[in-house]
Amino acid sequence: MTHQPMILRILHDRVAAAVLGILVLAAFLVPVLNLMVPETSPFHVPSYVVTLLGKYLTYALLALSVDLVWGYCGILSLGHGAFFALGGYAMGMYMMRQIGDRGVYGDPTLPDFMVFLDWKELPWYWYGFDNFGFAMLMVMLVPGVLAFVFGWFAFRSRVTGVYLSIITQAMTYALLLAFFRNDMGFGGNNGLTDFKDILGFDIQSDGMRATLFFLSAMAVVGGYLVCRFIVDSRLGRVIIAIRDSESRARFLGYRVEYYRLFVFTVSAVLAGIAGALYVPQVGIINPSEFAPANSIEIVIWVALGGRGTLVGPIIGALVVNYAKTYFTGALPEIWLFMLGGLFILTTLFLPKGIVGTESIVAAFEARRLQLAKWLRPYDYADKEAGQ
Amino acid sequence: MTQHTQTILYLDGVSVNFDGFKAINDLSLYVEEGELRAIIGPNGAGKTTMMDIITGKTRPDTGDVIFNGGIDLTQLDEAAIANLGIGRKFQKPTVFENHTVFDNLELALKGNRSPYQSLFFRLLSEQYDRINEVLKIINLAEDRQREAGALSHGQKQWLEIGMLLMQDPDLLLVDEPVAGMTDAETEETARLLKDISKSHSVIVVEHDMEFVKALDCRVNVLHEGSVLAEGSLDVVQANEQVIEVYLGR
Repeated sequence: MTHQPMILRILHDRVAAAVLGILVLAAFLVPVLNLMVPETSPFHVPSYVVTLLGKYLTYALLALSVDLVWGYCGILSLGHGAFFALGGYAMGMYMMRQIGDRGVYGDPTLPDFMVFLDWKELPWYWYGFDNFGFAMLMVMLVPGVLAFVFGWFAFRSRVTGVYLSIITQAMTYALLLAFFRNDMGFGGNNGLTDFKDILGFDIQSDGMRATLFFLSAMAVVGGYLVCRFIVDSRLGRVIIAIRDSESRARFLGYRVEYYRLFVFTVSAVLAGIAGALYVPQVGIINPSEFAPANSIEIVIWVALGGRGTLVGPIIGALVVNYAKTYFTGALPEIWLFMLGGLFILTTLFLPKGIVGTESIVAAFEARRLQLAKWLRPYDYADKEAGQ
Repeated sequence: MTQHTQTILYLDGVSVNFDGFKAINDLSLYVEEGELRAIIGPNGAGKTTMMDIITGKTRPDTGDVIFNGGIDLTQLDEAAIANLGIGRKFQKPTVFENHTVFDNLELALKGNRSPYQSLFFRLLSEQYDRINEVLKIINLAEDRQREAGALSHGQKQWLEIGMLLMQDPDLLLVDEPVAGMTDAETEETARLLKDISKSHSVIVVEHDMEFVKALDCRVNVLHEGSVLAEGSLDVVQANEQVIEVYLGR
């Protein structure tokens, strides 16, 4: 049979195996180096680095979710920032309820901004968010349902290509404007902040930061496996078929809109989870997360890393965001030019991205082989002598 | 007296307008079950539009399109019509270029098309055998692991016919299957289609008269969106009006 078990296919994709390996290793190692190695040691990882890396990892998961729809199904979503932000808001609402009477106004149920607005009771859509399980469900459900409803209308009306990209931009922009309004009940301009704890553990503590980092790394690994399972299934072959020749797929009897809807919804849920992990690590969620430019930036990460490779966007998100942190510190005025330039250069010279470009992957493979030979010289001496 | 053969496709008084241009004008046509039928006609006669109407891509303004004794195709979309058992081959070979030949056939495999079924799909051994069988029929057994985009034009045409075979529809619509083929390939394709028509109803749209002759079947001549003549190729070629349309005055 032509189809190997999933795990073999993952190993076969060596770049992916290396990246996943590093992620799993980091998930355990970074917290250990942060919590157990004394600060005086050169191996100590400072807490701010743990949180920064954790934030990058949530971006990596977000990039992965965009690659699933764009790389494999050809849906260029320029609104995934909205799903990310909605997941973040759901998490933020839980953490707001956790503050309880420790807020500035000391109201046991109402968050500070509601007391400030002179609201007397909690709006109905805040009910249940004091329950961690319910909040986690909403983290997935809210972006998922929005994507489902939005996708239902868009895909059924056969809106595709650039038109779809434009309406996804409009969607995130509309949400940006809506969340800015105070009477929406999500803290308006300021958003949600001053978080205290999750499940009773202090959000500022090193232990919680390390835990969030661990969860973020594992979420990327888990998200990768989910996406891999989807794209390696027959459904994955159908969505690629739809991407390449939509009408052929229709005349074979595939309901293109259902397939698009499925992938779009799964992707939105992943983006929502990424947002929920992001918010406690940065300590705030506000409407600027809905900014249309954010969604476009995600596409740059995916394009640079390698569209349609799943592992590429993870690398792309980490590289670009590390560069962003570095350059916005060192040369803040040129960062946006660099980002724009990067996108142009990627499109011109690296259209398949880092992982999609054969010479780069070949170089990686050569290094890996060198390392393998160095680690196990006898195996390779035998093989070469045998040839 | 009851009929021995049943009508599989029945078009009655079908008309469609594109911005005032009557692409199809009061077209009536029926095809019997198990029949091989050729449709010829000059450019712009409405051959491809007729295919679009049958397969649900274009909705007619008036008229009925009835499939398999009572199903009104004008109310259904492409996927629903395909699942009823109507397969279509495009004029320009349309295969999934980034998939292997094998995967192209596998995607066309008859069966449940829901996303859920696809996600947990496992290829059964009889399905695997069927794919291999079709690979042999279309002469692509050697190329099974090649990407479809790397095939020659003629091979793509055959792969697309192979996909129709996998789909196993009751009615096949084949739009210019030998365009861009060599003489040997054309001959082989005629043989293949005649073979297929033993167990399926087939409608072939074609320009190539040699090829239509080789099919040796009933022919409809389409002109300005309606049927000009019907009969064997010899009969329609002798028809005064047909000669006029094809050769001009």
